[in-house]
Amino acid sequence: MANKIPRVAVREQDPKLRATNFEEVCYGYNEEEAQLEASRCLNCKNPRCVAACPVGINIPAFIERLTKGDNAGAAAVIAKDSSLPSICGRVCPQESQCEGSCILGIKGEPVAIGKLERYVGDWHLEHPESELLQAKESAHRVAVVGSGPSGLACASDLAKMGYDVTVFEALHELGGVLVYGIPEFRLPKQKIVAREIEKVCRLGVKFETDVVVGRTITVDALLDEEGFEAVFIGSGAGLPRFMGIEGENLNGVLSANEFLTRANLMHAYDEEYDTPIYVGRRVVVVGGGNVAMDAVRTAKRLGADAHIVYRRSEKELPARVEEVHHAKEEGIEFRMLTNPTRILGDEKGWVRAINCVQMELGEPDDSGRRSPVEVAGSDFELECDVVIMALGTSPNPLIASTTDALDTTRRGCIVADDEGRTSREGIFAGGDAVTGAATVILAMGAGRKAAAAIDEYIKSKQ
Amino acid sequence: MFEIVEKRELAAGIYLTRVKAPRIAHSAQPGQFVIVRADEKGERTPLTIADYDDAEGTVTLVTQAIGVSTRKITAKGVGDSLADVAGPLGRPSDFVNEPLEELRKRHLVFVGGGVGTAPVYPQVKWLAERGVEVDVIVGAKSKDMLIYKEEMAKVATNLYIATDDGSEGFHGLVTALLENLVTEQGKHYDGVVAIGPMIMMKFVTLTAKKLELPCTVSLNALMVDGTGMCGACRVTIAGKTKFTCVDGPEFNAYDVDFDEAMRRQAMYRAQEQHANEHAHKCNCF
Ligand SMILES: Cc1cc2nc3c(=O)[nH]c(=O)nc-3n(C[C@H](O)[C@H](O)[C@H](O)COP(=O)(O)OP(=O)(O)OC[C@H]3O[C@@H](n4cnc5c(N)ncnc54)[C@H](O)[C@@H]3O)c2cc1C
Ligand code: FES
Repeated sequence: MANKIPRVAVREQDPKLRATNFEEVCYGYNEEEAQLEASRCLNCKNPRCVAACPVGINIPAFIERLTKGDNAGAAAVIAKDSSLPSICGRVCPQESQCEGSCILGIKGEPVAIGKLERYVGDWHLEHPESELLQAKESAHRVAVVGSGPSGLACASDLAKMGYDVTVFEALHELGGVLVYGIPEFRLPKQKIVAREIEKVCRLGVKFETDVVVGRTITVDALLDEEGFEAVFIGSGAGLPRFMGIEGENLNGVLSANEFLTRANLMHAYDEEYDTPIYVGRRVVVVGGGNVAMDAVRTAKRLGADAHIVYRRSEKELPARVEEVHHAKEEGIEFRMLTNPTRILGDEKGWVRAINCVQMELGEPDDSGRRSPVEVAGSDFELECDVVIMALGTSPNPLIASTTDALDTTRRGCIVADDEGRTSREGIFAGGDAVTGAATVILAMGAGRKAAAAIDEYIKSKQ
Repeated sequence: MFEIVEKRELAAGIYLTRVKAPRIAHSAQPGQFVIVRADEKGERTPLTIADYDDAEGTVTLVTQAIGVSTRKITAKGVGDSLADVAGPLGRPSDFVNEPLEELRKRHLVFVGGGVGTAPVYPQVKWLAERGVEVDVIVGAKSKDMLIYKEEMAKVATNLYIATDDGSEGFHGLVTALLENLVTEQGKHYDGVVAIGPMIMMKFVTLTAKKLELPCTVSLNALMVDGTGMCGACRVTIAGKTKFTCVDGPEFNAYDVDFDEAMRRQAMYRAQEQHANEHAHKCNCF
């Protein structure tokens, strides 16, 4: 009768209070709560959650360890398939993956797999001695470009196999989107991200920051001049898109990447740091994904009256449901089925309003999705002084354009097979650089697959 | 950490800082820039490269101490380190990829204003080393604010100086001197390259237009990452939005919307002023 227990609620910071600070929203489970929640799992014979996990974590097995209080055992089960559980437990879209297919979810509430994963991941960070592996000396050198989840996962697997790995990162800090994009209140930087990176360091991986591959050094030079036998490109999808509407270059219009980078990477919200940030009184964030939620909630925390403008309906919001829920609790205004057409400026060239049209859902298209169409004559002006564009990102062309014969798609993604092999021998790629903007877990999974392929490649050459 | 191996004051408030950055020194080309963070709490500040030496593994930066970040950078001396120097960023000057025979047929004139004189130097040096003749106009407020005079004299075919107060060389603005050289002194040029304050570049562009000379400018937009990730450096070029850090920093001057560029540069002026006053208070207890 395990499934009679209701899903164990997770403790969270009070919405009113947290809308004014950057501390983590969700406190996570303690041991007792984790065990109780774990006891809800039916340990299905054909676990649908495993099939729905992008990296196939043996979910029932780790949860079963938890019911027995065997945290180390649970960590070992997860470690087989994921190297970043404390991060993925916090940022994975569980509702459309593991939890979305949990059998308990049909009639009631699914097992809180994400929160359990987070619990195990955090426990593991607190007990690093349970790590068994020590880096071996190796003559084989591999270069990893980018220190986001794909690069970190690839580097740590290679190091465990005994390779001599160097990670090259363009920015001054390691972690990719985990440090410059996702805010502190969702993913603590010192408590979680820095410690995950510390784990990779302890495996003997070397890091060089301030190296913009393609400019500071090319991929070809890494292979031909610096003696690396293989290169993994995990450079992400960092190039922000704009709408191409009138008024987009007015003062006060910025990409979510710029706004979040100033706030997260550069700590602009902290007086001690030099980087400025402009928040204004009313901020409109255009978009409906995780990036839009992060931007709007950051603006709110910096004191603005913060709005989301999204052209589809609430059902289609691509953000994690938990983020949308949290955003609403924090007092974010959601304006659905609203599409910006023009940004209006004052006589000095600063934003004063955004002009929008109302949308309605039209006839279903071939895919069955009802796409929004404009309601004639529904134009209206929404007063604001900052507009943040969160419309998605694409891969930066810098590496592809400076590497000979490295194929890319029309959208600028590096072409790679399932194991990360690109059109060039010895060059591998994975994560957002290959798929376009996706998820942490997919990037992590791609990095690990590429590590296996790199190992196979280097061995095959000997 | 990037160690400072040389530091000199070139003029009041303008400093030369040479740092150990072997990878950048090895890859740098004329027209490129770096992003510097003085310390852990500093901003990422774009600075054009004033010189680079592959053998020594060093890069030279010239900085005018005007805000919190530039003061932090210029306050550091030999033996100190800058937390970060990333680059070389941006596209090299177009001429780097042109055939030398073609380049040698053309006579360019470079116009450098204020600290903008420093990034003109590696371009002129690169061309001079390849036997290309280049004239250079250097502008400053007064004689004591002139920088890079001796270095420039060594590489330029002709060096012309303009000072606002007439304390050295031509009495007046660089634009007037450029016009004077072409219309009064019969100099023949095939193109102009201007680097300096945005307002100077705007007026050099107008002068070049009048003289019917092609013109290139190097834009100093606001930046954060300098790698194409944020769009803070957006400028409008021939009606299209471009990112200065990856599509530039050099653009065909005729295509640049200077008024927008100047307005966008002032985006954080209020915060900067606040920070300046704050820092000022802290420095004089
Ligand atoms: C604001 C925001 C919120 C998000 N929220 C979620 C979420 O809740 N859940 C989720 O699953 N996913 C989320 N994502 C998506 C997720 O973060 C990415 O899919 C994931 O980080 C991709 O990992 P990656 O390793 O491919 O690239 P990235 O994390 O982008 O890392 C790439 C790294 O490479 C570096 N780099 C780039 N070019 C070069 C170069 N030329 N030389 C050297 N280094 C280079 C970059 O500086 C960066 O550090 C979010 C993304 C953003 C922006
Ligand atoms: S400085 Fe961020 S894109 Fe140019």
